[in-house]
Amino acid sequence: MDDDMLTGSIIGNEYVLTAEELARACRTEMSWIVELIDVGILEPQGEEQSGWRFCAMDLTCARRAARLQRAFGASTEAVAVMLDLLAEIERLRGRLKRAGVDPNE
Amino acid sequence: MEFKDYYKVLGVERTATADEIKKAYRKLARTYHPDVSKEAGAEARFKEISEAYEVLQDPQKRAAYDQLGTRWRAGQEFTPPPDWGAGFEFSPGGFSTADAADFSDFFSSLFGNFARRATTGRSRGEDHHAKIVIPLEDAFHGATRTVTLRAPQLDAQGRVSLREHTLNVRIPKGIRDGQLIRLTGQGAPGAGGAPPGDLYLEVRFDPHALYRVEGHDLLLTLPLAPWEAALGATVKAPTPTGVVEVKIPAGSQSGKKLRLKGRGIPGNPAGDLYLTLDVVLPMADTERARQLYRTMAQELAFNPRRALGV
Repeated sequence: MDDDMLTGSIIGNEYVLTAEELARACRTEMSWIVELIDVGILEPQGEEQSGWRFCAMDLTCARRAARLQRAFGASTEAVAVMLDLLAEIERLRGRLKRAGVDPNE
Repeated sequence: MEFKDYYKVLGVERTATADEIKKAYRKLARTYHPDVSKEAGAEARFKEISEAYEVLQDPQKRAAYDQLGTRWRAGQEFTPPPDWGAGFEFSPGGFSTADAADFSDFFSSLFGNFARRATTGRSRGEDHHAKIVIPLEDAFHGATRTVTLRAPQLDAQGRVSLREHTLNVRIPKGIRDGQLIRLTGQGAPGAGGAPPGDLYLEVRFDPHALYRVEGHDLLLTLPLAPWEAALGATVKAPTPTGVVEVKIPAGSQSGKKLRLKGRGIPGNPAGDLYLTLDVVLPMADTERARQLYRTMAQELAFNPRRALGV
């Protein structure tokens, strides 16, 4: 056991991750990040590649895109559709839960 | 460790073609991919499927695996034969050390040592990712949580082995579901003196018995007696930081929302706690209770279906 107490930096809604950090965290190339931006999966803040910044949700979303792409051999466009549909399903499941309906029934 | 029958995991014959293996994998991925599946245990099952596919889709790994022969059965106690891997040159591509952390001991005993053989020169360690599930209360009080990870480790020869890696992580007050805690330098070690990668911990809240979480707001259903809703009342309500008294306006109906400002997850600004009122009827299970309901029926002239025109 490492006894040291680790204090990390929190990444939330603030746009703090650079494009390089995002690519590295997803174990992909920068060109793939650009592809995700082109199809609208990611919407960075800031101008030009060097100024792009991303938030926690972007990282979660990009990693999900990478997993889906790898598992299904899908194009970036197809992954964008999958992500949109998954987000819609999640939203609807949330509404069902709030209405007191078990979405798994 | 247990022997894994990768053909059985993918549901294919030992004679299956590369195309058949890919089809079987894709079909299983549609059912069990944790991003698209809501089935219980999908994540664990998908790891097995990915591991089986990782071996069977790579001609070299598959050939080496096939060399173990057909005498092994799934779940049987297994140790790699002493001459294991002789004569095979595994390509380092295909899976990375971070994937290997998800795979079984069986996999790493067979293929782990060959994973990074071709890594040369100076390269920064990979970033790692893990999920940490915490109780909602941690967001209110802060906490220290212990995370145990299986981290792949490279030795001087570039071989990979898995080791348990335990970290004490400070959970700051105000943390929210879906946020990431980035621990610099806690990812994979770098090669050739390059810096290690980072560890990203994705924070998730355990579902809470009382509160539902939306961003930094909390939602709670607050049951009320009919007279509290009708006449107005001051009632007690739980909050994560203690019981508060809430003023219920006269004439409140079920579904009405009250906002307790700043009673959500702490922060700047703090979230709010939304109470959804729910009028609960007392049981008519005694003669006295039935009499009271009959009195209301006679004296209130109340038609709850007036809006329906009946």
